[in-house]
Amino acid sequence: MSLHSPVLAVVIPLICAFLALLFGWWRKNLCYPITLVALSSSFLASLNTLHTVITTGTIRYHLGNWNPPWGIEYVVDHLNALVLGIISCIILVVGVYSKRSVEQELPEKIVFFYTLYLLLATGLFGIVVTGDMFNLYVFLEIASLAGYALIAIGEDGAPLASFRYVIMGTIGACFYLLGVGYLYIATGSLNMADLSQMLPELYDSRVVLVAFTFFMVGLALKMALFPLHTWLPDAYTHAPSTVSALLAPTMTKVGAYVMIRIMFTVFKPDFSISLFPITSILGWLAAAAILFGSIMALAQVDLKRMLCFVVVAEIGYIGIGVGIANRTALIGAILHIVNDVFMMACLFLAVGAIVYKIGTRNIYRFRYLHRKMPLMMALFVAGGLSVVGIPPLCGFFSKWYLILGAFKADKWIFVAVILVSSLLNAILFFRVIENVYLEPPEAGRSLEEIPTDEAPLSMLLPMFVVVAGIILLGVFSGRIIDVVIQFAIPPSI
Amino acid sequence: MFDFILSRYNYWIYIILMMIGLYAMIGKKNLIKKIIGMNIFQTAIILFFISTAAKRGGTLPIIEHAHGAHPIQAASYVNPLPHVLMLTAIVVMVSTLGVALAIVIAIYRRYNTLEEDEILNLKR
Amino acid sequence: MEVVYSISPLLAMLASLMGAILILFAGERNRNLREFWTILASVVKFSILSSMAPLILAGKTIEYTIVNICPGVYLQFRVDAFGMIFALLASGLWIAVSIYSIGYMRDLKEHAQTRYFFCFAMAIFGAVGAALSANLLTLYMFYEILTISTFPLVAHKETPDAIKAGRKYLAYLLTGAAFVLFSIGLTYYLTGSLDFVAGGFVGGHGSRNLLRLLFITFMIGFGSKAAVMPIHEWLPSAMIAPTPVSGLLHAVAVVKAGVFCCLRVILYVFGPNLLSDLGIWLILAYFVSFTVIMANLIALTQDNLKRRLAFSTINNLSIIILGAALLSSNAIKGSMIHIPFHGFMKITLFLCAGSIYVKTHKELISEMDGIGRLMPFTMGSFTIGALGLTGIPPVCGFISKWYLCLGAIEAKQLIFLSVFLISALLDAAYFFPIVYGSFFKKPNGMNPRFNEAPLLVVVPIVVTAIFSIIFFVFPNAFLSFFKMATIATHDILGRG
Repeated sequence: MSLHSPVLAVVIPLICAFLALLFGWWRKNLCYPITLVALSSSFLASLNTLHTVITTGTIRYHLGNWNPPWGIEYVVDHLNALVLGIISCIILVVGVYSKRSVEQELPEKIVFFYTLYLLLATGLFGIVVTGDMFNLYVFLEIASLAGYALIAIGEDGAPLASFRYVIMGTIGACFYLLGVGYLYIATGSLNMADLSQMLPELYDSRVVLVAFTFFMVGLALKMALFPLHTWLPDAYTHAPSTVSALLAPTMTKVGAYVMIRIMFTVFKPDFSISLFPITSILGWLAAAAILFGSIMALAQVDLKRMLCFVVVAEIGYIGIGVGIANRTALIGAILHIVNDVFMMACLFLAVGAIVYKIGTRNIYRFRYLHRKMPLMMALFVAGGLSVVGIPPLCGFFSKWYLILGAFKADKWIFVAVILVSSLLNAILFFRVIENVYLEPPEAGRSLEEIPTDEAPLSMLLPMFVVVAGIILLGVFSGRIIDVVIQFAIPPSI
Repeated sequence: MFDFILSRYNYWIYIILMMIGLYAMIGKKNLIKKIIGMNIFQTAIILFFISTAAKRGGTLPIIEHAHGAHPIQAASYVNPLPHVLMLTAIVVMVSTLGVALAIVIAIYRRYNTLEEDEILNLKR
Repeated sequence: MEVVYSISPLLAMLASLMGAILILFAGERNRNLREFWTILASVVKFSILSSMAPLILAGKTIEYTIVNICPGVYLQFRVDAFGMIFALLASGLWIAVSIYSIGYMRDLKEHAQTRYFFCFAMAIFGAVGAALSANLLTLYMFYEILTISTFPLVAHKETPDAIKAGRKYLAYLLTGAAFVLFSIGLTYYLTGSLDFVAGGFVGGHGSRNLLRLLFITFMIGFGSKAAVMPIHEWLPSAMIAPTPVSGLLHAVAVVKAGVFCCLRVILYVFGPNLLSDLGIWLILAYFVSFTVIMANLIALTQDNLKRRLAFSTINNLSIIILGAALLSSNAIKGSMIHIPFHGFMKITLFLCAGSIYVKTHKELISEMDGIGRLMPFTMGSFTIGALGLTGIPPVCGFISKWYLCLGAIEAKQLIFLSVFLISALLDAAYFFPIVYGSFFKKPNGMNPRFNEAPLLVVVPIVVTAIFSIIFFVFPNAFLSFFKMATIATHDILGRG
């Protein structure tokens, strides 16, 4: 079991995607249990993988017993074991949550929804575990295609938003593919470990430089790094609630993971940091992303759209950590990937529940919401405060490491950017909180008349899990770093 | 100089095709034209990969008279790996095309037009 | 210094956290149960804290570590004499304010009482947590919890004015918190440690100008909570909150936490030696002296009783910081004991203002003529508080001011001695007209019959007023604030 767990995490959802389609034709309501079974076994497999990695070190799995560099190899080290565990957890949690929301929003498309959902999960898991550059491209496209389709079944503006995402996403993927091609010309290999052995001699080659540039631009598009984020707000706003709650935490973060993987595993850190000024470019772009995202979010009255811009800003945090590129900042960046998965899931799930109950996302129509859904709103506040960076919620600790890293690198402007953006985030979330909690009652209506109308248990329970995750990740952040993250940083940094 | 360009004409064609595709994807207003641009873009990449594998006078990578009668002469074969990669990539690209066309159909049903600016006007 | 490892700090913290959760679960429907939890939590918390006092008085510190955060920094409690003073003050007054709140809130039929009691418990959780923190990061965590949990209290009335006050409060305090976070990050970057050390630990790290910058950003950050001018604006606006909240803000938790943090930074992060070496204490002293005088001058012009008290608070907070900034042993001692003493006196005054509001719905001083005849207990207590803040024996305010003045002389800073004296004079100038008016002027439009506020409201007032006197007569009476301040001062100066 533990020997095959990395591949099981990918294969089970893939097979179940087709099973869901088959059984769905027969009985619609079988799709949900099939999905849950698939995702929970993936989750268990990834936990098992994480445990194995922590106890025995990196796992190398040769698909079909073909030896690398000829065969495809899955390599799971501390970095991707952690990312795998976190995203499989969130995908499962969102899967549990999806039932009521999908029944309400997409009653005729349940079968296709769950099929695509499982394919998306396959793609994301595959991206994370694979150790092969081309295989990664294929999984990237599986995830993206499922994502395009899922977004397109959303509300009114969704198809157009999804179409734009298709165009931008394809450009990103093609750039990545070109990068793979150039690396292949230069080295004749597609295996990441193999490449990292061969590349250092070729760091002066222009072919390698071009490949690296293509990778960076392609991935920046996929992870929606400012100024290539333009597809994100529209796509995630118009997507069905569950889909946004799935894509916003996972898709961009997996993109960020791939970027870290390529910058620091395929290429050696000294190439990415000193030979090529990518880290400083990345750092400044990320700083711009943080400010731009936070300020644009201020201008929104649609809660979901506001959160989409928050996602853009959060990507900036990861980017700034990678851009500073010292040990502390990288710890911060990786910790932020983990934290952000939970925070974004929490916020988008809450939006889904609000839409499910009151049918609007306009912040100024949230009056009395704390009477209607006291638990859901309390959980939303916890997520919001975590984004603002209130300890002991997890959002604070990644910011703390990022600030320390910026100090160590003498990048004081980044410190200022991070602090200013947490203030902007405070304005954002307290604006929502004010509208929910503090609006004076209308004349002639007392607050006691408003009945409690809490979201169903299948929505509340995932929210509880996510918020518990936010608190635990915060309190035990030191432990997570000790056990996992510090081994995920390349030793030469 | 001229020789430099001429001897690598396949790469130049790939770059030109790619630029045409990129322009169409970003510059054109019509959604179908965007999709066509996307296809040209992807085809250019296929051309690029295949070019890297090509070899003057190379033969198929099939071992004649197996069982060790002839030693394997890697130098005389066309590199098969990029072809295989491109077979996979073609599958991916066809699926992308399928998804994109499906989305365009959905857009057309909703707005009765495929011009992006008209759709944006309708949305207001 | 001997260190004792014990779980009691954690238990003390959990008491109010559990209290808050139980309050939430009891809800509006079981209000008696909810109030029971409030009182129980406050009593339990206070008793656990006072059970630690003997160890502290014996010169030991109590430590409890929860979890590692980053190399060299733990989520950790360490109870020392100075922290104990603040923790005892906050938890002790919580009992009084809880009882008072129950009477006040029920009498006025306020809305959202569950939220109110929950946030109150969380605010105390934050304040005591800040008091017991062993390092800057733990301190920051509780500081933020305190900030956030007070926001719903400030905006409690939910009128447009209250919401505006709440926004202002958040804007000032969160910006301050950003400065604090910056300073903490810089401290960790310079020294690799965040643990408080009596007498300071940043000396010898970084250039002198960098340390000056660090000190200034620290003071801006924590000063925003301590309402040092010109970043005091939120405090008078926050007076819109219900009176027990104002009492909490002013006397117990919020601004006191700000002052407490300032003193922690001055005495336990930088230390007297480093500050006098950098010469930056003088700038701080002039800055807060300006606040001391200005706040009192503004207080003279206020007709709203609560606003006048607010400016009096701003004045006293800066007096505390000024005492610490003088860096002499008597001044430090004076400023440390002024924290609890001012707490007791000021809460008496605020609760009196609330009591008047409950009974007569009056907030303006000009309308309060003759009110002492209606409410002799309330106004009697008010008089004691006012005497104390002016620094007149036999109320405890005299002791702290006495030591502050001695400290100014010891530091050979006669300018600051005069600041203390002038401020006492101005205190008298704006408190005594109230006292005079309420007892000796003729009530206009009021029936001069005995008409005291509800019992639950009056009893806490009288109790805090009596304590203000007890602390004068026996400065070491059972909470031993004075002795603790002596121990803390000795630690700081003995090592430095």
